[in-house]
Amino acid sequence: MRIEGRGQIDRTKPVRFRFDGREMTGFKGDTLASALLANGVKLVGRSFKYHRPRGILTAGSEEPNAMVEVLQGNQQTPNVRATVQELYDGLRAQSQNRFPSLRFDMLSVNDLASPFLSAGFYYKTFMWPRALWEKLYEPLIRRAAGLGSLSGRHDEDPYEKAWAFCDVLVIGAGPAGLMAALTAARAGADVILADEDARMGGRLLSDGGEIDGKPALVWVDAALAELAALPNVRLMTRTSVTGAYDDGTFGALERVSLHRSPAPHLPRECFWRIVAGQTVLAAGALERPIAFPDNDRPGIMMAGALRAYLNRYGVAPGQRVTLIANNDSARATARDLIAAGVKVAAILDTRPNASAVEDCPVYLSATITATRGRHGLKSIHVAHAGGTAEIETDCLAMSGGWNPTVHLTCHMNGRPQWREDIAAFVPAPNAVPRLTPAGACNGAFSTAAALREGADAARTALAALGKSAPDAPLPLAEDTPYAITPFWETEGAKGRQWLDFANDVTTKDVRLSAQENFASVEHMKRYTTQGMAPDQGKNSNVGALAVLADATGRGIPQTGTTTYRPPYTPVSIAAMGAGGRGAGFAPQRFLTSDQASRDRGAPMIEAGLWYRPSYFPKPDETTWREACDREVNMVRASVGVADVSTLGKIDIQGRDAARFLDLVYTNTFSTLPVGRVRYGLMLREDGHVLDDGTTARLGENHYLMTTTTAAAGLVMRHLDFVHQAFCADWDVRFISVTETWAQFAIAGPKARALLDSLIDNAPDLPFMGVAPVSLGGINARLFRISFSGEQGYELAVPTRYGEALFRDLVARAETMGGGPYGMEALNVLRIEKGFITHAEIHGRTTAFDIGMEKMVSPKKDCIGKAAAARPGMHGAEREQLVGLKPLSDAAITAGAHLFTPGDAIKRENDQGYVTSVGYSPTLGAWLGLAFLKNGRARHGERIRLVDHLRGIDLLCEVCDPVFHDKEGTKLRA
Amino acid sequence: MRYSGLEVIRQGLFGNTGWKPAWRDPAPKAEYDAIIIGGGGHGLSTAYYLAKNHGMTNIAVLEKGYLGSGNIGRNTTIVRANYFLQGNSEFYSHSMKLWEGLEADLNYNVMHSQRGLINLFHSDGQRDAFVRRGNAMINQGDDAILLDRDGVREHLPYLDFEQTRFPIYGGLLHPRGGTARHDAVAWGYARGADRRGVDLIQNCEVTGIDIENGRVTGVQTTRGAIKAKKVGMVVAGRSSQVAAMAGMRLPIESHILQAFVTEGLKPVIDHVISFGMGHFYISQSDKGGLVFGGDLDFYASYASRGNLPMVEHVMEAGMTLMPMIGRAKVLRSWGGIMDMSPDGSPIIDKTHIDGLFVDCGWNYGGFKAVPASGWCMAHLMATGESHPVAARFKLNRFATGHILDEEGTGSQHNLH
Amino acid sequence: MRLTCPLCGPRDRREFYYYGAEDYLHRPAADAEPGAWDNYLHLRDNPAGLTNDLWYHDMGCGAWLLVTRNTVTHEIQQVQAVAAPQAAKKGAAK
Repeated sequence: MRIEGRGQIDRTKPVRFRFDGREMTGFKGDTLASALLANGVKLVGRSFKYHRPRGILTAGSEEPNAMVEVLQGNQQTPNVRATVQELYDGLRAQSQNRFPSLRFDMLSVNDLASPFLSAGFYYKTFMWPRALWEKLYEPLIRRAAGLGSLSGRHDEDPYEKAWAFCDVLVIGAGPAGLMAALTAARAGADVILADEDARMGGRLLSDGGEIDGKPALVWVDAALAELAALPNVRLMTRTSVTGAYDDGTFGALERVSLHRSPAPHLPRECFWRIVAGQTVLAAGALERPIAFPDNDRPGIMMAGALRAYLNRYGVAPGQRVTLIANNDSARATARDLIAAGVKVAAILDTRPNASAVEDCPVYLSATITATRGRHGLKSIHVAHAGGTAEIETDCLAMSGGWNPTVHLTCHMNGRPQWREDIAAFVPAPNAVPRLTPAGACNGAFSTAAALREGADAARTALAALGKSAPDAPLPLAEDTPYAITPFWETEGAKGRQWLDFANDVTTKDVRLSAQENFASVEHMKRYTTQGMAPDQGKNSNVGALAVLADATGRGIPQTGTTTYRPPYTPVSIAAMGAGGRGAGFAPQRFLTSDQASRDRGAPMIEAGLWYRPSYFPKPDETTWREACDREVNMVRASVGVADVSTLGKIDIQGRDAARFLDLVYTNTFSTLPVGRVRYGLMLREDGHVLDDGTTARLGENHYLMTTTTAAAGLVMRHLDFVHQAFCADWDVRFISVTETWAQFAIAGPKARALLDSLIDNAPDLPFMGVAPVSLGGINARLFRISFSGEQGYELAVPTRYGEALFRDLVARAETMGGGPYGMEALNVLRIEKGFITHAEIHGRTTAFDIGMEKMVSPKKDCIGKAAAARPGMHGAEREQLVGLKPLSDAAITAGAHLFTPGDAIKRENDQGYVTSVGYSPTLGAWLGLAFLKNGRARHGERIRLVDHLRGIDLLCEVCDPVFHDKEGTKLRA
Repeated sequence: MRYSGLEVIRQGLFGNTGWKPAWRDPAPKAEYDAIIIGGGGHGLSTAYYLAKNHGMTNIAVLEKGYLGSGNIGRNTTIVRANYFLQGNSEFYSHSMKLWEGLEADLNYNVMHSQRGLINLFHSDGQRDAFVRRGNAMINQGDDAILLDRDGVREHLPYLDFEQTRFPIYGGLLHPRGGTARHDAVAWGYARGADRRGVDLIQNCEVTGIDIENGRVTGVQTTRGAIKAKKVGMVVAGRSSQVAAMAGMRLPIESHILQAFVTEGLKPVIDHVISFGMGHFYISQSDKGGLVFGGDLDFYASYASRGNLPMVEHVMEAGMTLMPMIGRAKVLRSWGGIMDMSPDGSPIIDKTHIDGLFVDCGWNYGGFKAVPASGWCMAHLMATGESHPVAARFKLNRFATGHILDEEGTGSQHNLH
Repeated sequence: MRLTCPLCGPRDRREFYYYGAEDYLHRPAADAEPGAWDNYLHLRDNPAGLTNDLWYHDMGCGAWLLVTRNTVTHEIQQVQAVAAPQAAKKGAAK
């Protein structure tokens, strides 16, 4: 019911919306919750376990009951707090966790069965028969559990992430936060003021009152106007600071467009990483419910929330309101109601000695022993100092006291401290470095105290930043002391008293957990699930641990709290994962020849972060194998061109460059003549193979190292470490030039002819030679190296010429019966030659395993040499690299395991596994590389290859891994 | 008391006032036959199997905080037996068999749910590596099925198959893989051990290990000295500190692994999905929350909390793989302290001190190992010999080079 | 988490690669006993408290850094370049 003349909504702007299909109207400035209340809607949801009818409990993000699905197009957002969702024209929302409808929910039968569904009941049953767990029990439990639903469709809407840096971050824009921001900003600090509400002002928006003799809202508006005018202030509304992390970093979620009809140019949400020099936490406090029988009926809400609905939204959630409280703060709510013309049936004060003077009946020592009204509260039964009373009431507001919002101060393992005088936890000192709590979140509940603490906290922050603030008088405001007598549970009353509304945890559940010796607060939480619901216990934690403390006979401080962890309010995966959609997850690296390869129809496949051509199909080819076979034959018969620029390239220079390479490679590079290239093997310090590749000596003090594609970054980091940690004083420097040079392999018997057509006076390089060449005036490098086993060259040019050179090389090759070849052919060519890749040097292999033990020079130290000498790193028990040839024409597969023929196929008999396979058109057979126990001694043996997954079981001959041109005559031709 | 559906009904009819404590709160005795330091999953299962398999009931579990306060309560609850190296596969296979009988054995519903685990792969090379793994699983007697892209689509139609960064080539389905309710595992073992007479002593921090002439004689605790001829250190997450009391340096570094849970949602993910390229794995709990995690934060830490870079990386991985979860909201994040060993495999072994045993180095895979770890640690403590399925989890394997590096990233620290 | 690179200034953690305890700086001599290598490669104090560990400014200047840090609070006390001789010889703490 709307109250005329109250509230900060814009009554000139009606807003139409739908809830569960029913069209209703609210006003601009409403939340979905306030609009529903204004329309007389009490029942908004169903509880998690018992499917109890539930209404709106709070007016903030801590809402445990009023969670709805918001529909947009074919998308839906589950578990939206109606208390946070701002109303916009066309908003469509629906209730959740009910079937078939909100009023008639079949699973409300659970409520009748509640005696059998007490805390932890599922640990004690559903065990027999075992097979029924996955088939029956679990699916039933899963279907009954959960709250809202995802649409199941990709979330295609935009989200963003952003960074912000500031001197002072102020979290919360109530009186403390506004005062802190003003103080810091006036002193010239770079300030961010963030508040989760759409409008800044905090409780001042709901509680009214006066500051400096004028309505508090006047002061709020003036403060905001001043802040908005300052260039060193950023105001972030609709922004919840969700987590405190190390070194002044905070996570924050901004609801950019959730308050309006979707606009394609706006992200839904933005996840901020705010880095602050100093932080003032002014997060306020949350009101506690009171436990009494059936305290979860629609129409029962928090007193502070009722006040917010009345004063901020001009809504009376009931016609005849009752209040129950254990502190003075609810009295103001009653006065506001009466002033607004709403009937207050009674104030129930649980304290015996509170004031009984109000403009309505006041019962002292009052408790509620029963409530009635299934879909909306109708009446309550009260016991009080003078007897009992039945009170007809359609709205009951409760205040069990206030809990400072200490959450962020606990994110770095700070433990809040119990303050007996306010019966609440407050932040531990210095719980988060460089963060000062102020105001209600620090246990200072009056407006005057909030203003004072806000200013003081800002001064603390400024002092730490080396700035100072001039003394300025504080605005005058109410400074009423906070008086509370804890009331945790209605003793002796029959019926269930809810603590955790969202997870349906009652005082009985907490007592049962103590009875079963789940007596630590963490055990209680985990056993009863109290505090694990969407509100993370914001409404129930303190009440539950107080009941537990009573049940176990310990005090509250000894019982302690569970740990508050980020995020403070739930954050969508899409917001924190913004940018990750589709290809955004990782960088994409493209070769200079990328377009040229795509032009030729080559499928591009991922190789690490790179994309490389798989093969270059001809129009008549229908399978990749045809193309691959042709490309292999082409390289073996004429000439092929492949882009090999993805290989890591590191330019190494300095007087000690040779010495340095001797340290990082197992073999020796100081002896390499200028103008020559050598294959090198690099170990990790743990003795396993790190990488291999060729390194060329370009000058006396100048080398160019090549790494594998996969290990390029790894090797660079490794070299930096070895240099800086072990020989920083050596004269050697290096830099990655992977992206500086485009490099192309030219391989095949006609490779030389192709080069001659391209380069005037191409040098006559020996195998493993290198020389600078000039390509039409461009400085290029020519290497005579081969990964195919053919006469091979690699020609490197500055990257900007890469595409042109690739197209030119391919065109020339094609006139000679050659052409481009892709990764598939490259792989077959190297398998035919027994060359290894990371399929073989997969991190577990040693130089011994791959038959390169002799490459570990005995004459010098090198990284990994000592560890490689450990007994387990070599010997007959280890699996060693071998070649495999199937005895039939059948295909073999990588990933198959090897067994001695006649042995049972089981783990104990495993002899090894296949790493790489390919069909060799050169040899007309499938070939494999494999690791086999004691393999080098078993050449010529038959071995059984078993691939269960692909249904392959056949015999192979073990052989040398070099299948083609063992003598290397073609290489050197 | 025995738990059953009938008992739930009987107690329910009488106001649930008859439920007995799940375990006692005994005061520590002056001496035990054996002491287990650490009342987490592994420590409790060790105690349970010492009592059940070896008849050792005069034993105590000493727990600094509350039972199950370590990583058993801070993980993503995945249970699988999909290792491929000899030494690992037989161990996890044994653990899986114990899981499959756990509820009947413990008379406690740990909600072990064999909903199937799918490991996705995104290149031919990854497929071959997973085929090697799957074949090893079958050779061990476990189950594995190779799925192509369409096969994955059939199981997980909601993945983004149009995603071009790391396209889905296929997956390895491990039908017996799944999840369990983590806390219930600790409580089930605790209750089982207690029922067999084991003293579970909470809020009892070990402050010293007494050693005389190379033999362990007992421990010092915040609740007094306790004698024992056998002491097992089963404190993954704090192994280095406890071992230091015995003058030992372990091959362990402690790291943070974060995990996340969303608000409850109606059933939407029926499997456990592992997206290796994104270091991302996810399942949905029976309560409806999406439970997921990623890689280590990557810095030595005992803080039980992490930082945003890995948080965001995990969310980005989720969005690239299955953008349908975008509107699910993360409710809570937490960090477990991982005992990282150099090669990523655990240690269950004797130490150089007579009577002192160590079970540590569980990296980020300790949860599924809880049954077999306890089984094998109990065997070791009772008999003095390594159990055959844990025979390769030697403390000195790094010194000798007998490495168990499942990932292939190295056998020195921080490469995993 | 933020580290102050001595060359680049304060930067977010995501620019850095982590390697591990400073033990990796103290490489044994080539002919050292196997135990020395086991100690170097594998065995760690792994303190809950102050530690010195090695970070690499991967997406920055490429400097290896020795960071004095608390593993319980994540407080960073000092960052120095490994290549600076005094850092390579001994850590700041201990």
